[in-house]
Order: sequence, then C-alpha cells, then structure tokens
Amino acid sequence: MEKVLTRNIGADLKPTDLKAYEANGGYRGLRKALAGLSPKDCQDVISASNLRGRGGAGFPTGMKWSFVPMDDRCTPGHKYLVCNADEMEPGAFKDRLLMECDPHQLIEGMILSAYTIGADISYIFIRGEYVAAIQRLRDALAECYNAGYLGDNILGSTFSLNMYVHPSAGRYICGEETALINALEGKRANPRAKPPFPQVSGLWGRPTIVNNVETLCNISHIIDRGADWFNTLGVGEDSGTKMFGVSGRVNNPGCWELPMGTPIREIIEHHAGGMQQGLQLKGFLPGGGSTDFLTDKHLDLAMDYNVIGKAGSRMGTGTIIILDDQTCPVGMVLNLIRFFAHESCGFCTPCRDGLPWSRQVLEDIESGRGHAEDLDTLAYQVGYIGTIGNTHCALAPGAMEPLQSALKYFRDDFERHIYGGCCPYNTARRA
Amino acid sequence: MNDAQMIHTDLDSVLSAEELTAIDRELSHVPYKSGAAIDALKIVQAKRGWISDQSLQAIAKYLEMSAEELEGIATFYNLIYRRPVGKKVILFCDSVSCWICGCDGIKQKITDVLGINYGETTEDKEYSLIPVPCLGACDKAPVMMVGDDLVTHLDDAKIDELFTDKAKYSGGNT
Ligand SMILES: Cc1cc2nc3c(=O)[nH]c(=O)nc-3n(C[C@H](O)[C@H](O)[C@H](O)COP(=O)(O)O)c2cc1C
Ligand code: SF4
Ligand code: FES
Repeated sequence: MEKVLTRNIGADLKPTDLKAYEANGGYRGLRKALAGLSPKDCQDVISASNLRGRGGAGFPTGMKWSFVPMDDRCTPGHKYLVCNADEMEPGAFKDRLLMECDPHQLIEGMILSAYTIGADISYIFIRGEYVAAIQRLRDALAECYNAGYLGDNILGSTFSLNMYVHPSAGRYICGEETALINALEGKRANPRAKPPFPQVSGLWGRPTIVNNVETLCNISHIIDRGADWFNTLGVGEDSGTKMFGVSGRVNNPGCWELPMGTPIREIIEHHAGGMQQGLQLKGFLPGGGSTDFLTDKHLDLAMDYNVIGKAGSRMGTGTIIILDDQTCPVGMVLNLIRFFAHESCGFCTPCRDGLPWSRQVLEDIESGRGHAEDLDTLAYQVGYIGTIGNTHCALAPGAMEPLQSALKYFRDDFERHIYGGCCPYNTARRA
Repeated sequence: MNDAQMIHTDLDSVLSAEELTAIDRELSHVPYKSGAAIDALKIVQAKRGWISDQSLQAIAKYLEMSAEELEGIATFYNLIYRRPVGKKVILFCDSVSCWICGCDGIKQKITDVLGINYGETTEDKEYSLIPVPCLGACDKAPVMMVGDDLVTHLDDAKIDELFTDKAKYSGGNT
C-alpha cells in the first residue's frame, strides 16, 4: 500500500523538519493551489475526493466547508479555521502520532483549508498533556513564518494567514466542537446550541470550521494529487487511507496507516498480532470509548463508515479497543461510564444526573450488590440518555453506546454478577 | 484608606511585570478582556504552580471580570490547579485501555510507594497524584505522565525504580 499520512514517519518516530518535509514533496500542494487554484476549485476537489471527517462523526469535509459564507455573501471580518487536536476519547491514540512526527503535514493541510474557506486566523487547539507535540508544532510554525508559508502574502500571493498553537486547560468535553469554541473564547467549555452552526457563527460569532487533525492531514495530498487518486486508495466504499489502531491485550498493540475498508480481522490479527497467549477475543469497540461493542461475528467487516454503522456501531476514531475473555465486560463498561460521568460538563440533566445513576447501578452489579431489576433500569437509562435530542450534546448518547451493546452481547455476564453475588472475573486486582 | 481600597491596591501588585506582559500579549488576540481568562490562568500557574485565591482575584480584576466568574472557569478545567501541587504532577491514566492492561494495580502500587491517593501531595512536596483521561498512548498501556514526561508500559518494577530511587529517574519515554 502507498503510505500517505505516514510517508514521513519512520520507525524511529523522529519528527520531520521543514527541509525533510519539503524534500519529500512537502508544500507542493500549497504551491499548486496558490499558483492556480481558486478557493472554489480547492473545495470542489475536496468534495470530489469524498473525504469524511476523521474526528468521529465521519461528516463529509467538502460539504462541511460549503456552508461557510464566501466572498460577498460574508460580512467583513475574520474567518477562522480550528484544528481539533484535543484527542481525549478513551482508547484513541492516532492524532498524537501525526503531530509529533510530521507537524508540517498538519500545518500545510491547515493552510490549504484556511485558503479554501477564506480564513485568515487559525488555531491548533491541542490538549495540554501533548507536551512534545505542542513544542514540535511551535517549532514548525516558526519555520513556516521564516519560509513565507505563513504570515502576510503567503508565497507572494494575496492570501495571508496567521496560525497559533493553543494548548487546552483540560476536560474531555473541549473536544466537542462548540465547547471547543467556548474554550477558545476563554469561557467554560459548555457546548453551544446548534443552529447557528459554527460554519456561520462560531468563534467570536464569526464563520468557523473545526476539523480533526487526521482530516486536515489529508488535505495537502488531495490538492496535490487530485480527487481521483484519493478515491482509489480505499479498498471498500470509503476513500483514502486511515489511521487504524488496536489497544488492549493483543500481541502488538499500535497504530497503522491502512486503506479505508481494511477488514477488521486483518487489523486485529495481522497488524496487532492477534490475542496474547491464553486469551480469546470476546468483543471490541471499533472506534473508541463511545462506540458500540461488536463481537467475533463482525471480524470480517470492512472498516468503512456505513459498514460499521449497519452492524450497529460506529467507526468513530478507528482506534479499536479489545475486550478479552478474561476481562470483565461489566467492569469495562463501568470504567467507561465512570469516565463519561466525570467528564459531563453538567449543562443538561439527563447527562449530569443520569450518567452518575448509570455508574451507581453498574458499581452495584460489578461489586455483587446488583438486583434483577437493575438490568431494566440500565435499559431505561440507555433509552432515555441515549436518545439524541434528549441531551444538549453527543457526550451522553455516546456514553450509552458501549452500555447498550454490552447489555445486548454480554447479558449473561451481567446476570452472572447479579445471581452469583460477585464479579466472576476478578479483574480488580490484576496487574 | 478603607478595607476595600486596600484590597484593591494589594491586588494590583500581585501579578509580576513578566506575567502582565504575557497576559497583555494574549489580550491582543481577543476582542474583549475576559476572552483571555484561561490563558491568564495558565500564565500565572506556570511560574507559581497553582492559582491561589489572591492570584485569582488579581487576574479577575485585571481582566475586568468578577472573581466568581473566573472561579467558575478555573474550577472547570482539570489542568488549572486551585490548590498547591507538588513539584511534579503525576497524571495517571485510568481510562479504558489502561484499565484493561491493569492500571488499577499500578495505581495501588503508587499509593503504596508514595503514600498518596488521588488529589494528594507527598509530604516532601515532590509529587501530586491526579487521574487523567486517556493520554492517547493506549498502545503502550498502562501509562502516566510525571511532570512533562510520558512514562509507558508501567509495571510495579518501574514504579519502584521511578519513586524509591529518585536519583535514577531521568524521565523520558520508556
Ligand atoms: C464529547 C465529544 C468529544 C469530542 N472530542 C473530539 C476530539 O477530541 N477530537 C476531534 O477531532 N473530534 C472530537 N469530537 C468531534 C467534534 O465535535 C467534531 O465533530 C470534529 O472535530 C469534526 O472534525 P471532522 O469533521 O474533521 O471529523 C468530539 C465530540 C464530542 C461530542
Ligand atoms: S450531554 Fe453532557 S456534556 Fe453534553 S451538554 Fe449535556 S451535560 Fe454537557
Ligand atoms: S487509555 Fe490510557 S492512554 Fe489511552
């Protein structure tokens, strides 16, 4: 397979500096655009490439950008491009690698995206714990200002752009794009009501696009090599390549760039080296902590947005979390619900009060104090908290996804806890 | 001079010239002053380690917002510390992949070795222990950060090595 996103990432994981990046075709896409493509041309290429957002929801990037008011349709003032580098989804570890090892790829993608939507200010909103990535991005930005890739009249064109690295002060909810915008404005990171959508009224009330790191890393390649080329990269329905990862008790946990549509079995058994000795695969979350469990029956599915969607889950971030047969499914779901309950921003009641309630019920079951009715209670919570529209943002419905699918696939495990009066796995003190 | 005035004069001298310059730089990017609230908190915390009540009031005054409003922001974010912390903060990942790989046992080991639980600081003020959402290094689970360093593939031996013989600890990715 042709490496695209990881073409500059070697086994030593050394960061690529400007010289090395340019030597391998870097900033060629930007030169091409500024020399002869209008913003509309660029947007058409991205739309035709069928690139879908890699932040979790898989929204088509070209369509998202098309809602930004352009030229005369836009009132005078700033427009913003924001890179979502908050990466805090439990089990997600792909954006870190892209930023630590090839910061210029992200920056070039952002410059081109800003050019396409007419933004003049851009931010990389990055979680504060990513210390190395923050430093490398700052170093790379300095190189760009020096080389004329950022600042006024980029490469002698009429296009000007400033870019800043903005480390977050923490909290998972900052990754939700409207909460992120509030955080950038110095406020508490409560999500905003939509509409108005950020494309029209975002940061400081101005048109704003928020895209994931990996989404933006694709842009320069698509502009440089064209939509047709990008469409040939996937082996299934979706286009391009994707950073897929596996964590949990497999032989070779890690993150790899593979074609979109790669079968799950190949990712887990070949790239991740299969299960560790003595363990069987019991289930997995295909795309991070807020996606529904799938089981060994789904191993031959392709990692494509709609395929995983039809199987009852979501591709999410594409980072697979493995549940083995000696880890307690109730304990795993409890860990996730505890996380989401803790990270609730507290704005709306079903999430603020409902998630701690789910946590309480799961704690009771896990510690052997559960009752038969608890399963009905959990099902009720899933129905209420899990319904989009009952909550102000997608955090709470996302939290319900692993729970609802665990109730479906691992119901007997819940029952063994309840009727046996203890956890049959005893994972608590393993290590 | 009455009490109210006195508090005000005091507050004006809390922030250092260096801190004020850094805050002013952030103010140049934002349309109104409270927009730099989080940045200002981070700037002040950078040197002092945490945000005291006095720092909070001084920042609020400088940004022309109420101390209550700034408090609401400061307490929202988990990397803003409203209590003193140790020289190095241990951000311990207790999210799902690290849990599957046995982080509960590692957490217990840290508590045994350092004598602190979540939210606590060692007596010698060296370390504070705080849980953190998934550190984005799940393939190297269990993991934690000690200060600015990511420490991966944790096991009991590594905890002993890190904390019982501090001289040996050089930080970095292992
Ligand atoms: C609670 C919550 C947390 C999120 N965290 C992230 C995140 O850390 N990174 C990210 O790119 N998207 C995250 N998202 C999705 C963003 O809201 C948004 O959809 C995404 O950044 C859009 O980028 P894309 O179109 O390039 O995928 C989160 C969403 C929710 C509801
Ligand atoms: S669903 Fe949760 S995180 Fe989202 S707005 Fe409501 S309380 Fe906040
Ligand atoms: S779950 Fe610990 S680093 Fe991701």
